[in-house]
Amino acid sequence: MLRRTFIGLAASAAAIGLAGTPALAQEDVIKIGASAPKSGPLAGGAAMTHWPNIQLWMKEVNEAGGLKVGDKQMKLELVEYDDKTNGEEAIKNIQRLATVDEVDFIVAPYSTGLNIAAAPAIARHGYPHIATTAATDGVNQFAERWPNSFWMLGTSTQLANGIVATLAAMKDKGDIGNKVALVNVADAFGLELVAAAKPALDEAGFEIVYETSYPLGTQDLAPVISQAKAAAPDAFVAFSYPGDTFALTEQAQVQGFDVPVFYTGVGTAFPPFAARFKEAANGVMGIGGINSSDENVKGYLEMHKAELGSDPDFWASATTYAGLQILGQAIEKAGTLDKAAVVEAIRTNTFDTVIGEVSMPNNVNEKVWTVGQWNDGVFEAVAAEGLPVAAEPVKKSGWN
Amino acid sequence: MNILVTGILLSGTYALIALGLTLQYGVARIMNLGNGETLVAACFVAFWLYTGLAINPLVGLLLIAPAAFLINWAIYAVALRPLVKRAKNRGQLEADSILATFGLLFLLQGLMIIGFGGDYHSYTFLAQRFDILGNSYGLNRVVAFAAAAAIAAGLWFFLYRTRQGTAMRAVAVDPGSANLVAIDVARTAAVAFALGGALTACGGALISTFYTFNASMGVVFTMKALIIVIMGGVGDVRGAVLAAVILGLSETLVASLVDPGLTLAATYMLFILVLLFRPQGIFGRAPT
Repeated sequence: MLRRTFIGLAASAAAIGLAGTPALAQEDVIKIGASAPKSGPLAGGAAMTHWPNIQLWMKEVNEAGGLKVGDKQMKLELVEYDDKTNGEEAIKNIQRLATVDEVDFIVAPYSTGLNIAAAPAIARHGYPHIATTAATDGVNQFAERWPNSFWMLGTSTQLANGIVATLAAMKDKGDIGNKVALVNVADAFGLELVAAAKPALDEAGFEIVYETSYPLGTQDLAPVISQAKAAAPDAFVAFSYPGDTFALTEQAQVQGFDVPVFYTGVGTAFPPFAARFKEAANGVMGIGGINSSDENVKGYLEMHKAELGSDPDFWASATTYAGLQILGQAIEKAGTLDKAAVVEAIRTNTFDTVIGEVSMPNNVNEKVWTVGQWNDGVFEAVAAEGLPVAAEPVKKSGWN
Repeated sequence: MNILVTGILLSGTYALIALGLTLQYGVARIMNLGNGETLVAACFVAFWLYTGLAINPLVGLLLIAPAAFLINWAIYAVALRPLVKRAKNRGQLEADSILATFGLLFLLQGLMIIGFGGDYHSYTFLAQRFDILGNSYGLNRVVAFAAAAAIAAGLWFFLYRTRQGTAMRAVAVDPGSANLVAIDVARTAAVAFALGGALTACGGALISTFYTFNASMGVVFTMKALIIVIMGGVGDVRGAVLAAVILGLSETLVASLVDPGLTLAATYMLFILVLLFRPQGIFGRAPT
């Protein structure tokens, strides 16, 4: 027993020793802290969209010799924690990063909920907070409440308007009729989007022939698809999460739900979606999309594939990488590690990123891609606000 | 009709989730909170066998089930037997085993995150149309249901028609008395735990053909399994199957006729009704 205690002590002493070493070299490194889900319900999404981009960015910057801060070249060093998809845990992690690890900057957490949960803690310590995976209508209000925060992924209304505008354009062209089936996952994300979509659909002259919601985490969605099919809509729109996105699509395929527009939510843009459904994925629409004909985006896709061996998520991945680029460029432009100066630099400058030029004078990025459509392994943007799109939306022709 | 078939197919899935736990909790008296993780681990193994080595998940069962049996045997022998020996009564064992398997949950989850990462996995197996009475269903779900029915029937035969199985039921009813009639309670409990683990793993392998899963999803399955086991009566296979059918049908009925948003409410409503009027479960015997 005594020996075990001794070994334990020795181990912790060694750990403290190890942890202490970088502190000696603090002058030459910028410590970056990150807290996001590695376990819990959102771990799947974070593993796809969040963590790989941090790795990629650190690697790119460090291989290029680090960031130029004033007249010093400084390399990046990462301290990362799992928030277990839990808001309280996320706040604790931010506190710990700020007070124990004393990191210089913090990468924003993953998902709308965790970004909002952690925002007050990040603001209290004055770190720039560049949220790249939060899509909510609250962004303007949040930007006002926490002037250190920047919101890059757009709003629910933008996303909902995106799909409605796409449907309206197809209706005007005579591709589809005016019947819509509307489905959502019963949590903040699904409710907000459906609340924004309904009046927009109404205004565009669509008739909602089937509407329902289902609880978070449901994957047994055969009844939803059979009911929707029975209503014979021209477009099926589901504001869903990854697990249910896959389940809805598989059920639609199995039940032969041949609808001209099949749109699902988060997860549609994930490369595993295309890998799973192969040719049947062609024509499926979903949230996000990127302009794959843009040179910047192309470069990012190639770099992601080369460095990490996999395609990125075709929605928030590029935005997440762009957010990190903005942080890096802002540090260089400010020429200091002073947090307030970097926040000011983010607000007042225009940044050259993988998603094009970004400037956020009001702390919100207005230019986002809103709807994507699978076309031979690429999730092309077919609707956007303030950005060029990759292609025109087309009718989906069957599941084979 | 469509609703009935969908509901029955869903109940097959639920039976797969719950049968293992009913043995582990009912006979071995181990409230295994790592049940869902065992299931998800089997999903990953089936995924890896299929995508890596092109082994059909149904064939993969022949590898997964014995492996899960051995691993669960080892877990029981190393981690849980000391608790069983130490426990003065059933209550203490339940409390201790909950804590121990809580640790097991995190261990398994951590190993899966290291091995496969935290992102979503799924693969396509038998995602074809299968027509029953004019409506189409996923062939993978039909196959999983058939396998669930076969497993449940086999288990029923084992428990009610063989000597070993009778011994297992005796332990479930009263370990003390079982000891008096020359049943090796410790060994029977270990076999029950290992068999339960193997059943859960079979369930996982079958469910992986139509679910999208990631390393953190185990708790969802544990919750469902727990509800079914308690509804059916702890340690009673017939009860677990019946509870699975009731849940599957009522969820599909509610989703089709009322609102898909209320499926969870329906589940818990049934759960509360059972707890209020038959706290020992549908087939459970009232404690004497």
